[in-house]
Amino acid sequence: MAKQHVTAVINGEETEFLCETQQTMLDVLRDVIGLTGSKEGCASGDCGACSVIVDGRLVCSCLMLGVEAEGKTITTIEGVADGETLHPVQQKFLEHAALQCGFCTPGLIVAAKALLDENPNPTETEARYWLAGNLCRCTGYDKVIRAVMDAAAVMRGEAAR
Amino acid sequence: MNYVASDLKVVGTRPVRPDGVDKVTGRAVFAADTRAAGMLWGKIKRSPHAHARILSIDTSKAAALPGVKAVVTAADFPDIPSEEAFVGEGPMNFRDLALNVMARSKALYEGHAIAAVAATTQEIADRALELIDVQYEVLPFVIDVEAAMAPDAPILHDDLFTAGVNPKAEKPSNIAKVVTFKKGDVEAGFKDAEVVVEGRYTTQPVHQAYIEPHACLASYQPDGQVSIHASSQGHFMVRAYTAKLLGMDMANIRVNPAEIGGGFGGKTLIYLEPVAVALSKKAGRPVKIQMTREEVFRGSGPTSGATVEVKIGAKKDGTIVAAQQVLKYQAGAFPGSPIGPGCMCGFAMYDLPNVDVVGYDVVSNRPKVAAYRAPGAPITSFAVESAIDDLARKLGMDPLTLREKNAAKNGTKTHYGPVHQNIGFTAVLDAVKAHPHWKTPVKDGQGRGLAVGFWFNIGGESTATVHVNEDGSVTVATGSPDIGGSRASMGMMVAEVLGIDVARVKATVADTASIGFTHLTGGSRVTFATGMAATQAAEKVVDDLKKRAAATWEIPVEAVEWKDGKAYPAGSNAGAFEPLDLAALALKAARTGGPIVAEVSVNAQGAGAGFGAHICDVSVDKETGHVTIERYTAVQDVGRAIHPSYVEGQIQGGAAQGIGWALNEEYIYNAKGQMENPGFLDYRVPVASDVPMIEAVLVEVPNPRHPFGVRGVGEVPIVPPMAAIGNAIKSATGVRMPDLPMSPPKVRAALDAAG
Ligand code: FES
Ligand code: FES
Repeated sequence: MAKQHVTAVINGEETEFLCETQQTMLDVLRDVIGLTGSKEGCASGDCGACSVIVDGRLVCSCLMLGVEAEGKTITTIEGVADGETLHPVQQKFLEHAALQCGFCTPGLIVAAKALLDENPNPTETEARYWLAGNLCRCTGYDKVIRAVMDAAAVMRGEAAR
Repeated sequence: MNYVASDLKVVGTRPVRPDGVDKVTGRAVFAADTRAAGMLWGKIKRSPHAHARILSIDTSKAAALPGVKAVVTAADFPDIPSEEAFVGEGPMNFRDLALNVMARSKALYEGHAIAAVAATTQEIADRALELIDVQYEVLPFVIDVEAAMAPDAPILHDDLFTAGVNPKAEKPSNIAKVVTFKKGDVEAGFKDAEVVVEGRYTTQPVHQAYIEPHACLASYQPDGQVSIHASSQGHFMVRAYTAKLLGMDMANIRVNPAEIGGGFGGKTLIYLEPVAVALSKKAGRPVKIQMTREEVFRGSGPTSGATVEVKIGAKKDGTIVAAQQVLKYQAGAFPGSPIGPGCMCGFAMYDLPNVDVVGYDVVSNRPKVAAYRAPGAPITSFAVESAIDDLARKLGMDPLTLREKNAAKNGTKTHYGPVHQNIGFTAVLDAVKAHPHWKTPVKDGQGRGLAVGFWFNIGGESTATVHVNEDGSVTVATGSPDIGGSRASMGMMVAEVLGIDVARVKATVADTASIGFTHLTGGSRVTFATGMAATQAAEKVVDDLKKRAAATWEIPVEAVEWKDGKAYPAGSNAGAFEPLDLAALALKAARTGGPIVAEVSVNAQGAGAGFGAHICDVSVDKETGHVTIERYTAVQDVGRAIHPSYVEGQIQGGAAQGIGWALNEEYIYNAKGQMENPGFLDYRVPVASDVPMIEAVLVEVPNPRHPFGVRGVGEVPIVPPMAAIGNAIKSATGVRMPDLPMSPPKVRAALDAAG
């Protein structure tokens, strides 16, 4: 079957790509465009390692088709930092040692950014439930949650960067 | 040198890890992220049957599909003889490993690899798998450990005779091995006992459930040289196994350590690499294989499920006088459950006069088990620590006091032989006693549980190289894959020895052609053994730098001292020279003897054993049987924390895995012996909303056998949680839960049964 031509804004850049109709957005990102920061942990929407933000909404890219990206604005982990400047969530993940193997980290950071974009002042419980779709097998989530809460405080201007 | 008593500047601080930015920006390259020009996609065909003879495999239709470039079956691999080896985290028989990687005459579990293809796209590869025609003779199967031990059970291996029995076994059996340990006279001990507790416990196999599925990229060149990118806990292990299974020279295989997305023991053996190499050889192009999550569950190792019987007798004052255990561990399709550690670890925390332990290693039609964090110890400890809790109740004694009374100390002889030395168990129990969590009364409606755990930790072979670069910055290379922050700790130990800012040191993981042999990342050995090599390499560099300063100043080397990253003339007699720092010495390297480099290989001995104690508060929903972890504190002797955040992280992560093992995780099989829940939706690992903050309390009793006092930390924390939670449930409800997982339906049923 002929490939589909898709145009989307990915990490701030207008991007064109060709994909098979059945190809997932995750496969497009990783295998077609070469953005391998989004990870495949399950391909069934259960681990969150493939998390991206599509038109402001947090999405598992393994559950989205590449063709559905047409006309959409997508942020992947590669687009979270502002050039050389890390996003507060990224910075706090480093400071709190909120990663061990780092495989879940891109998805967790994208999901945490989406949380804080929507709710700048989450409670710990809200953060835990929001991130419940992102599995991390290494950390036990303690330092992850601390990093997210600390990043939220920074973004609200209540704590030092 | 030993720095245990020194004033340290870097060790014990919390710098950002050198690979951190890569990992928070998506740049870090894991095996599945690698690509090569002309790369093909490899996929594996797996058995749908739990036990079947393979009558024929017809690959012709698959091979004829356009886009398919290679198909392989066991016929494409050497049929290697039985040979025991020690390459991974435990003994491994090369023949078993080969047969696990690709089935030859029989499929031994659902998910067992039967054939593989390489094609230009993943979709074509998937279609090709369907075109492979395998004729099976379906055989009776056995899943459960005790059913597999029954005299009339279906036999997996006609050539497997029980080892460790007298007289020698005459008939093949699923019992691969019987292990026994005896100390004192257990019968006399029980006669002496005034109080006896007994229990029978079962645990389910649980998967390591690393979030990154196994993956590799292999390229076979026409001259017979192979390059592999793999996510593993040991690229030297990958090289050794791949060479053996393909009958190749190790020198022809170069394994590049990709970042690894979690292993926990599950990546201490191989599944894919020889298959990818064989496909690449046939196709003449590089081949990438990555497992799906379903394949990870069906085809790669969990740890054993088990049945454990335990009996403990004590005097009225709490002195334990007799202890007995019978352990039956599932090995999966090939022998090799962690029954040895299972037999040792349960009672290792206690000073016991009379002990009798018998363990069985049992094969059944399940995936071959792989190491999982403190292999064997959590299972045996769930049983023992639950029984100790029952004993405390029966004696009317505080569970901490009972443990203090019987705790192993330096000089305690274990039931399996060695004498405990340099252990910090008493300090751990003291820390529990002093901790606010222990001192705070249990909240109304909640229950509190305590359990302790032990793991040996290992040392072994490691290599590290320290390079002083031309500008005075430093590169440390080791052969240990960084599975959770070890680059940071290597860099810190080297910076400490050199007396420089840790930001000037970068640690990397070198491939198999670029550094000396290094045993895999397992057994909690890296910070201890590889850290020892890195420390000694840095010391060699310091010696070299002192020589160069001495030569520059034309004074004897004894008259030079190294402090805070600079060479100083020692004392007033040495002469008045301006100190020379690392950058100045590096700049002049060419004129003072050439590159400043030291490589050190060690076979590190004296890994200090680790002890931990976990306190857990739960509440139990009587309607649903749901258990909520309300508060969790994990106390552990870590020897010396190089980077405390990553040490805490190990403890928190291990505890969370234990919480999953305790409450949710299990394999569900249907009547055909097929796994029903091979995905994260139904195999439920803890998510962020399932757990509270986990307080990690670091007790530091330095290990005198390591320059900084390090002992392994990664494995102990998964040992106590199951019993700590079970004991908390008992405390909250009065009901003892002897079967894992303590999932809502089971808890609800137990509560109902208790009325
Ligand atoms: S890969 Fe998309 S949720 Fe797991
Ligand atoms: S850091 Fe390894 S899975 Fe989260």
